[in-house]
Amino acid sequence: MMEQLKNEITDINYTGEQETKLMKRNTAIEMSSPEIACSNDSELSHPWWHNFKYAFTGLLFGIIFVKAEIISWFRIQEMFRLQSFHMYGIIGSAIIVGAISVWIIKKFKIKTIYGEPISFAKKSFHKGQIYGGLLFGLGWAVTGACPGPLFAQIGNGATVIAVTLLSAIAGTWVYGKFKDQLPH
Amino acid sequence: MNLIEFIKQPWPWYVAGPLIGLTVPTLLLIGNKSFGISSSLRHICAACLPAKIPFFSYDWKKEIWNLFFAAGIFLGGFLAFLFLQNPEPMTVNPNLSAELATYGITNYDTLMPTEIFSWNNLFTLRGFIMMVAGGFLVGFGTRYAGGCTSGHAIMGLSTLQWPSLVATISFMAGGFIMANLILPFILNL
Repeated sequence: MMEQLKNEITDINYTGEQETKLMKRNTAIEMSSPEIACSNDSELSHPWWHNFKYAFTGLLFGIIFVKAEIISWFRIQEMFRLQSFHMYGIIGSAIIVGAISVWIIKKFKIKTIYGEPISFAKKSFHKGQIYGGLLFGLGWAVTGACPGPLFAQIGNGATVIAVTLLSAIAGTWVYGKFKDQLPH
Repeated sequence: MNLIEFIKQPWPWYVAGPLIGLTVPTLLLIGNKSFGISSSLRHICAACLPAKIPFFSYDWKKEIWNLFFAAGIFLGGFLAFLFLQNPEPMTVNPNLSAELATYGITNYDTLMPTEIFSWNNLFTLRGFIMMVAGGFLVGFGTRYAGGCTSGHAIMGLSTLQWPSLVATISFMAGGFIMANLILPFILNL
């Protein structure tokens, strides 16, 4: 049993190393980009259907999105015109609850349901957070949606938003294509 | 009033916000995952059209949880559409409805104004800018910024990371500029 576990750990380290090499071959920014964390490799040892727990979490999340009208274009307009506290209250209280939870997890070194330690990826600063952030903000106020609500809007009957989602995927692709020419 | 009718009403911020905040520890506890949704768009690119671009050349299957999460959000939206719809029209700030009326937007029956977001309007200039160009900005901007409202504003600020604060301020600045300075011209088209 222990032997098997050791082998598995070596395997994980090995793939981790490979990934790092692969990333080094890519650009420097890719290295500093924490979006694809390598710390999740051990998940591979679970059968694929374990992913349904994420679908279920997403499902509850989608219902909250709809019922609190977060996916509403009108609510986003109110937010950016300072005409309602609703969205500020939601984002603010979500951050407070998230921060307290993270603090508790770190303080008591709480592990996942599989007994793995919980890790936090550090985000490093680059100018893209300003330029990209501004561009996303422009798009957010026009469409009334960030990426999460896009999925919920389609599900909630605004089927034409599938086009907006495809366009967002195209935007992501174009960013990836021209990433090295953009200031970071 | 029975429970379903109670749930069908719009939920106040102090119910929805903390529940969304709880998504952060939930994803950490069930699999050591960092809350974030815009990455799903990148994984879709990597899965469907990597085109040898280094940014999309990674094993997206390792990140498939994020696509399950996104699919769940879609299903949640659909379930709410089927069973939990609010029968009343939306109530919005009277200043907003007065302004929107000048652009011909008066229907508050659904969460999205049907005068803009409908298949019929997709190829009008206004509809195209708002749905297609807007969507492009969302996808391009979030990836350029390395995250969206969930990844930066909620997850990033929950873990007290200052780059996420910079990103969040930029999101808000972009939104204020668009809604107050640019959008009136687009809505007039």
